[in-house]
Amino acid sequence: MTAAPDHAPTITGLSTWQRMQRHLPLLLVPLLVVVGYLAIPATSSWLTLTVSGLAMGMMIFIMASGLTLVFGLMDVINFGHGAFISVGAFVGVSILLALGSLTGAPSLALNIAAVLVAVAGAMAATAVMGWIFERVIVKPVYGAHLKQILVTMGGLIIVEQLILIVWGPDEIFFSRPEMLKGAITFAGAAIEKYRLLAVGFGLVLFLAMIWVLRSTKIGLIVRAGVQNGEMVEALGYRLRIVFVAVFIAGSALAGLGGVMWALYQEVITAHMGQEMMVLVFIVVIIGGLGSVEGCFIGALLVGLLQNYVGFIEPKVALISNIGLLVLILMWRPQGMLPVVKAK
Amino acid sequence: MSDPVLSLQGVHTDIAQYHILRGVDLEVPAGGVTMLLGRNGVGKTTTLRTIMGLWRAKEGRVVFRGEDIAALPTPAIARRGIGFVPEDMGIFSDLSVEENMTLAAVSGPIDAERLDWLQSVFPPLRTFWKKEAGTLSGGQKQMLSVARAMIEKRRLYLIDEPTKGLAPAIVATLAGALRALKQEGASILLVEQNFSVAKALGDTCAVMDDGRVVWAGEMATLAGDTALQERLMGLSMESA
Repeated sequence: MTAAPDHAPTITGLSTWQRMQRHLPLLLVPLLVVVGYLAIPATSSWLTLTVSGLAMGMMIFIMASGLTLVFGLMDVINFGHGAFISVGAFVGVSILLALGSLTGAPSLALNIAAVLVAVAGAMAATAVMGWIFERVIVKPVYGAHLKQILVTMGGLIIVEQLILIVWGPDEIFFSRPEMLKGAITFAGAAIEKYRLLAVGFGLVLFLAMIWVLRSTKIGLIVRAGVQNGEMVEALGYRLRIVFVAVFIAGSALAGLGGVMWALYQEVITAHMGQEMMVLVFIVVIIGGLGSVEGCFIGALLVGLLQNYVGFIEPKVALISNIGLLVLILMWRPQGMLPVVKAK
Repeated sequence: MSDPVLSLQGVHTDIAQYHILRGVDLEVPAGGVTMLLGRNGVGKTTTLRTIMGLWRAKEGRVVFRGEDIAALPTPAIARRGIGFVPEDMGIFSDLSVEENMTLAAVSGPIDAERLDWLQSVFPPLRTFWKKEAGTLSGGQKQMLSVARAMIEKRRLYLIDEPTKGLAPAIVATLAGALRALKQEGASILLVEQNFSVAKALGDTCAVMDDGRVVWAGEMATLAGDTALQERLMGLSMESA
């Protein structure tokens, strides 16, 4: 048999600039941090705002990561994703309130244990809810975008009303566990302990997700499925099952994000998920549909920008993220790191 | 001729409001290469996609090794032992060559000996093993697409125009790889526009027109009959 000539691939024809362009979005976060440093007069304020922005970004990322994969894998637009955030927050906070002896104890280990139990409960509840949501609400409308928007919005409204029935119409205020209250001082800046914890936890979760996506067979199937689901099925993999698993995992992550956001704000409402969905959708769109890395960068940009602009010019903070969305889409109409190309 | 590994009986397929396949009857003998020929737009690609379940047959039977697979989902059809190389190659461009091949090894880890053989047939796969598949040239992507289907032994390969737009040296390599598959005892249903490749590889042949198979027989018969070629496809392949 004749062996093929070892032709040079097209990659050798790409200039350094062309290759760098693909990775330019990675520079946006450090760039924004530097711009923030130059724009904010006091270094201590800048440091506080940066940690706050990163913490907020990490929480938005946790809420949004499942949604971007769900869209990428099965072309499903789930406007009901906010329901998982709200339910996660209510279940998690209910558990925390029930574990008052642990959260009130002046012991970091006991406090963390209480938070972990709350997180586990919230994730379990939202995972089960995600499975039911997919079977009952999403499955009948595969391939029909308009119906998906209407039906999932309807699902969100129903869940919000159920929350009002179970937990009542009032906002629920609560306090963080004892050892997560307060701040530490670093370089003259007061940095809340919880925000540091959120940054660390979000980073670990992101790295874990990247590891699963890049180093396991299921991750490989998900990444391939986001690009060309039809071909993955033609190889012999049942993408529907993978999709349901990703939907359940994404719902559980939204629930986790809900608990973390609740601990950040120290107040929960039935509509908190719906309110967060504006930021979540901005992050998913500017990140590039189906891209976990893009979602991560987008979330950090949104968190940092909101905090910096909120400090410099509070009135502009409301529209700063819409401005970011417009600028990114003018630069890259498919988002920063788009994955969904074959659909 | 040996028993068919695959037979299509009166298969009709619609795509949206268009009635594309209008009663396809086709047999693919076991252990041979069957060429599926015909002008553009007569339903060759639709036939392959219908066999894979990517488009559903509205009517008729698709029988693979005695089992009607027409209603099975695509993954179940693939796991019966059918490898598919689509016309657009279906490469996962953001995945590396290695990841594309790993994914194609559905039953477990890649067989090292078979991979070594494939890399000797397609050296660029070894050279660019860690590179993103999207950065490969068109010919290299086609090699990857065919190699991906070959990474595990299948009973039947459905291959859609593998040589389209490729340089002669790469066409020769692909033809060699398909010949090796044939020697392995695999059955191949190959859509091909390059008649010299079709003539060299094909044992049997079916010609389609207007969503039907209008002629089926030995490849040698068609290759040797210019008048038949003109009647079936409106062109002479004598010079090819």
